[in-house]
Order: sequence, then C-alpha cells, then structure tokens
Amino acid sequence: MSLTRRDFLKYSAVTAAGASGMPVFQSAMAMGKKREKVVSYVPTFCEICFWNCGAIAKVEDGKVVKLDGNAASPTSRGKLCARGNAGMGSLYDPDRLKHPMLNTGKRGEPKWKKVSWDEALGFIAGKMNKIKETYGPEAVAMISHGTGDSFWRYLFKAYGSPNTAAPSFAQCRGPRDIGYLLTFGDGPGSPEQIDMAKSKFIVLIGSHLGENAHNSQVQDFVEGIAKGAKLAVVDPRFSTAAGKATWWLPIKPGTDMALLLAWINIIVNEELYDKEYINKYAIGLKELKKEIKFYTPEWAAKETEISANTIVETAKEMARYKPSVVIHPGRHTTWYGDDTQRARAMAILTALLGSWGREGGYFFPTKASGFPKYPGLPEMSEPQKSKLSGDWPYALNATTTAVRIATITGKPYPVKGWIAYGCNIMKAIPNQKETIEAIKNLDLMVAVDILPFEYTQWADVVLPECTYLERYDDLKVGRGKTLSVTIRQPVVQPMYESKPSWWITRELGVKMGLEAYFPWTDIEDYLKKRLEPKGVRLEDLKVKGTISYPETSAPFITAHNKPEFDTPSGKIELYSKQLKEKGFDPVPKYKKHDAPTEGQFRLLYGRSPVHTFSRTVNNQWLLELYKENELWLNANRAKAMGLKNGEYVVLINQDGVKSNKIKLKVTERIREDCVYMVHGFGHNSKDTKKAFGKGVDDQSLITRYAIDPLMGGTGMRVNFVKILRGA
Amino acid sequence: MPRYGMVIDQKRCIGCMACVVACKRENDVPEEHYRTRVVEMVEGTFPKLRMELRPELCNHCENAPCVYNCPTGASYKSKDGIVLVDNKKCVGCKACMAACPYDARFVDPRNGAAHKCTLCEHLIKDGKEPACVTTCISKARIFGDFNDPQSPVSRILAERHVRTLIPEAGTKPAVYYIGLELLT
Repeated sequence: MSLTRRDFLKYSAVTAAGASGMPVFQSAMAMGKKREKVVSYVPTFCEICFWNCGAIAKVEDGKVVKLDGNAASPTSRGKLCARGNAGMGSLYDPDRLKHPMLNTGKRGEPKWKKVSWDEALGFIAGKMNKIKETYGPEAVAMISHGTGDSFWRYLFKAYGSPNTAAPSFAQCRGPRDIGYLLTFGDGPGSPEQIDMAKSKFIVLIGSHLGENAHNSQVQDFVEGIAKGAKLAVVDPRFSTAAGKATWWLPIKPGTDMALLLAWINIIVNEELYDKEYINKYAIGLKELKKEIKFYTPEWAAKETEISANTIVETAKEMARYKPSVVIHPGRHTTWYGDDTQRARAMAILTALLGSWGREGGYFFPTKASGFPKYPGLPEMSEPQKSKLSGDWPYALNATTTAVRIATITGKPYPVKGWIAYGCNIMKAIPNQKETIEAIKNLDLMVAVDILPFEYTQWADVVLPECTYLERYDDLKVGRGKTLSVTIRQPVVQPMYESKPSWWITRELGVKMGLEAYFPWTDIEDYLKKRLEPKGVRLEDLKVKGTISYPETSAPFITAHNKPEFDTPSGKIELYSKQLKEKGFDPVPKYKKHDAPTEGQFRLLYGRSPVHTFSRTVNNQWLLELYKENELWLNANRAKAMGLKNGEYVVLINQDGVKSNKIKLKVTERIREDCVYMVHGFGHNSKDTKKAFGKGVDDQSLITRYAIDPLMGGTGMRVNFVKILRGA
Repeated sequence: MPRYGMVIDQKRCIGCMACVVACKRENDVPEEHYRTRVVEMVEGTFPKLRMELRPELCNHCENAPCVYNCPTGASYKSKDGIVLVDNKKCVGCKACMAACPYDARFVDPRNGAAHKCTLCEHLIKDGKEPACVTTCISKARIFGDFNDPQSPVSRILAERHVRTLIPEAGTKPAVYYIGLELLT
C-alpha cells in the first residue's frame, strides 16, 4: 500500500485527534495547512577559510538554510565562494565532536570516554599547572589556526608561555612576510594589500588564484583582467589563472629565483625602473646592480626553460605599465628553503617598478586605530621573546618547526604540553613521523576542534568547539584600505555540548587560578567594552555585521601622504645591510635545487576552490563536488609509461614512503618533470566518515623539508616520487 | 511581459563553483544532482593551451523542446519566459530530458519528477537575482530582462559579441555567452 502525502496527513491527524479528543475534521485542516515559517537573517563572518568573509545566514525555524555574502563586508562584498556557501555543511555534519572526551587508550589508538566539561577542563588545568611547576610555563606550547585562537593566545599569555605557533607562518606565509618586511619594513598583509582591480600588469608566481578562492582578491583579480590588465602566470602547471594569461611561463620547478633575478637584471640594466621613486625612497641600487649582473636572460633561460625572448618581453612589458603592476607576493611560499630570499627578489622587483604605495600596485593599509583591548587587564606574566624560534633570526616568535624540535630533543628547553587548536597538525606540518615522535614525548596533548580529524586521535583530551555559526568570537578588525570591524555572533544555538573558545579559555583560566585575567562577565560584555571607545553599539554591529570607516583610507603616495618604511635605513632596502651583518646574502642569489632523477617527478600540491586544506573534505556539499584528489601527470610521460587517464596508481617517495592509491589525471596541463595533487585529502581518521580513505595525503609523502635559515620555514617542494602501477 | 535570462562572460569565470553550491542550497537540489555546472574545456598540447570555463544551466529557450515533448503538460513556460515543471503533472517519463540539447534536467530521486533550473523565480518575484548570480565572485553571470532595453543584459547584447550554445538546434536560448569559442 502506498500512502499519498494527503492520506498521511489525514491518518496522523486521526491518530493525534484520537489521543487528544479533538474533532477530526478541524485537526486535519490544521495539519494540512502550511504553517508560516519563522525566518530571520543574521550577519556574521565565515570561518570556512581565513579570508573571514562577512556573511548573512538565513535561518528558517532555527535551521540555517542559506548563507549569502554581506554587501557591507570588505572581504565578501555580498558574495561567497563555494565553501562559504556550503558553511552549514560543517554545522550539520553528523561526524562532529559532540562532547568532551578523555583518551583512556593510547595516543594514536584512542579509546574515548565521554566526560563533562568540568572533568575535561579540570584534567587539563591539573596537568598544565603541574608542567608549570616542574618545567616552567614555557613548556606548554600551542599550535593553532583560526579566529578562535585569539582567546587561546590570550590564555597562554596569562599562563606565562610565549610559545604560540602557527603553521600559517613556518609552513605558509612566513617567508614572504619576512622578505617584504626586510625590504619595505612591512609585510604584504593578509588579505594582501594589492590593488589588482586597477592593475595594468599582474604577475602570479605559483599563485593559482581562482583555484585558491580568496573571495575579494579573486574579485579584484577578475576585475583587473576584465579591464584589460596583462597577466603573466609563472607556473609549471596550466592553472585556471594560466588559462586567463597573456603569458603562461611553464617554469622548471625550483628555478623561480633565476627568472626573478633576470627580470631585475633587465629592468636595472636597461634603466626601466621608476627612477624618481627609487631615488627618493630606496637605497642600494648600486650594490644591487653589481650583484645581479651575472643573471642575464640567456643564463636564466637555461635554468628556467623559459626562452630568453619571453623573459625580456615580459620584463619590458611590466616596466611599460609601471607603477600599476602587481607582482603577487604569493601566500603558501614555503617551497625550497630559500623562500625568504625569493620573496626579497619579488619585493625588490616591486620596488623597482615603483608599485609599493601606488594605484594598481600595492596599497597602504589604513593607519587608523580603534577597538583597543578590553580595559584594565592585569599585567601579563608572559616572559619576553620565545626561545622556540630556533637559530633563525627572523622567526619573530615560536615556530611550529622549533616547537617540534624542542619537544623531541628537550632543547633549548623541554616542551611537555601541546594544545592544538583548529589545526590538523598531521596534514599541516611536514614529516608526520617527527610530529608523532614529538607527541609521544608529551605529558599533555589537547585537541580543540569541531571534527575528529587525524590529530585529535593523538590527543589525551578532545574539546568540541562550536562551529562559527554557533558562537561569538573576538572582533574582526579589518585593516585594508579602510578600517572596519565585523562581528561574529551565534546564528543558531550551539549543538550538542559544543562550546565557544571564549568560554572554554575562561573556564580553563579560572580552573588554573588565573581568574584575574578574565574580568569580563560574558562575551557580550567583552565585545561592548572593546567597541565603546569608537562609539559603536554592540546592538548596531549585530544588525549590520560590518561597520567601515572610509575616512581612514590613505592607500597611495601623494604629496600629503608620504610613505614610511620601517627598515633600519628608513628607506626601501634593495641591498640589505642587516642581512649582510647576520651572515646572509644582502641581495638574493640563485642557488640550484635538487632535481628529480630518472623516473622521478617533483611532487607539487595546491588548492581546490571547493576545499580549504583538509578541513572541508568531510563537508558533504563540498565533497560531492570534488571527492578525491587526482594526480596530474603530463600526457607524454603517461603515454611513455603506458598509463591511462582515470587509472589508479601508487606513489613512492625518495625515502621509500608509499601512498594510498590515487586516480590519474593525464593532461597536457603540466610539465613532464613534476606531478601535482590537491592538498588535504587521504584522511585516515575513521571518525570523519565521509572523508576517510578518499584520495592521497600529500603530506604523507612530504617526509623531506628544507629549512629556511632566515625564519625557520619548511620548504616542502623538495620531495620526489615515482609512480607504481597496478594499484 | 519580461523575458528573463542571463549573459555569461566566460572570460570572467574563474571556475570557483560558488554558483553551483549557492544554487544547491537555495533550491534544495538533491545530492549528486545539479541545476547548474561549470564545464572546463582545454584545447591544444603542452605548452600551447587554451582553456574555457563555461557555466551552464537551463537555457530557458523560446522554442523549448522540453515543453513541446512533454506528454502531460508538466513542462511549461511561465509568462516571463521561464521554463518550469509542474511536479503534480510530471510522471517522470524523461521525454523532456531526451529532448533537451543542453542536458539541463534530471529526475529528482525524492519525488520522481523532472527537476531543473527555475532561474530562482521565487527570488525574482521579490526583486532579487538568481542565487548563482548573486554569489558569482567574478561577476561572470549577469541576469536581466531582455525585453527591457535598459537592463544590463540588453545593453550587453547591443554592445558585445555574444553567442548561444548549439544555435543549430533552433531553440532560441535566453542564455548568451561572451567568449564562447571552444564549441565542444
């Protein structure tokens, strides 16, 4: 028997009416009638990636049904990417961490016991206080990613440990931030302070914008191209961006520095640089000229396998459009170990083109301040600089690399506790064996996340955080062209027993006797006090989502807006005396990197526009769009090896590490000497059921890394793989 | 009467798939099915390559074969030129799917009826744009009324070279493309 919807309604009405004694007819009418849904629209900002786009959630009867961009937000401008559109996939993921858990088994082979928040936090507080007594507070380190980490960083300050590290530095942006800092006295910013919508010439070096869907930046990029900007894409792979390019330069991997130095050589020697700008704002042109004289286009052509003609043509073209040129600084720049120097070369090129502080080039972020810290906080007990910066003078703070070394070796001092927040360290940091070795030395390992990713399996305690749609966080203070402030607020009530970080850190702080550092009564009190000095009412911000201050904008050099360079000389440093004094090359030099041998390919990796690292692979709305990563293999090489598109293969790296099976994408879109895959797949935590076992974990093959001696970054494009058939 | 439709600028499309997800969430499209997609086409051999990224959806044709071939009258055209399906009349015979040259339809496994793009007519009624257009990061999708000479789509048709997909089918689509070159 099949029931129609109408029949079903009648039937259920009869049953219900029978129980309540109400007249059947009326009840059936009432139930058959469509009830008006309660709909609300709540602004917040996205956390599916770090771009943190302002979003508006449509909530229907207490359920998030749609997410849209907030037009007031500088990072979304009313639009969301695929991932932002799929944000509710995290919220309603059935695999979510639902309650605090203690591991009664072994690390890596956990047996979970559900515990109360009180017990979980009591356990952590006890262990942290004991570590502090025995080894000092610096023996607890944090590795984190995401907006919620601001409260965790604060807790660490209160506790007294300076050791808060993030893969976003040593495994990602660090080299380029330092390279630009050394040259201009300031980093390129995040979001990058680039004015691509008005650029006339854009250069991407390994950056695959579009595949890497940084919302407002992609908007600007497309706008620039649509208005006629020329585009040079330097990439061994024909990326989506390369598909839009005027010049695709399929460079031999590992030789980007040769191309940059040749471009500098041409622009300096042919006097194509912005003379007035350089005379006024830069030092070291003479030394630069001397250092780069060897790097001719003919020499670079041999290294890069890009013709000398193309090198000359692109150099002349970019000079023609100066200063409205963006040499994109890149983002994930930990490639070969000399990455800070490569970023220096990019910064020097930017300076020669006069693009720093110019329309269509780099803009200055607003200098306006506002939204100071919560007032009247006690002095922090945090000691000075972290010693976990290795011997790398520009590590600035603790790095993940040094935290791991200290945990393994006990040098320069023991590290006995880790708190990993929102960061799947198994996928983010190279050489997983080393990470496991470090974890085995710990007295305490805590994981805080929304999903049971790999690293949570190595924890003693797992704390379930709310997703971004269920929580308040600290204010998002934007320093782009204009100052802005954006709120994150709960769109729906937290599911399960999940809690926001502001609550978790405060409770943990109180349990460790640090209540003086947490004087706020609740998060709204905290936010109100931070908004007060600027005269912003929390109630208004909760309605608008973002408030911007356009009057704070001064993006370009004018007669009244003189640039400031926070370098030792107060000028742009084409030649870096401070590098020279520390024993490094004052002008970047070319160094040959190892190349793959016969039968090997260099392993390259990157992004899919529908995934953020490894963290969205379990999101059903995104997984269905890209279910497993594929291995891009050059069509000629595939033919010679008898390999077919769609076939599954296994990879083995130079250290004998074998991968799971991966599907081949045989394509003309990549050079013969490298293979490529999207990062973040190959999940081996069975508790992330949808992601489990799909594709290959690039990081499992990245057993080798090249440390950047300037800042401790781990260059990860130094691994070679062979393809094994018959998977 | 309006004649709603879209112009798609392939030169702007960056293949981010925001439109695909926005469509699915706005319209509760069943798992593994899509009302819109982005097709990636590459031509040439290394290193001389060309690529087009083509967002595709129902073309809301003036001469809509899906409507003519529907035996029950479930597929119909609204007064605004939008091709729609009346679920109550649909028997799931798939004649429309066979007739559509654009592969723009599927059967919804939840109710057995043909399912397709509605141009988000529920949003248009409220003065909004279709979800794929609103979210399009690269502004590659432009929505409007072709019967209004002032609308952005009419102006593009007047000023730029546009093409339609499979014009030889004689369907007279309401979806036009800028930068359509690789006709595979």
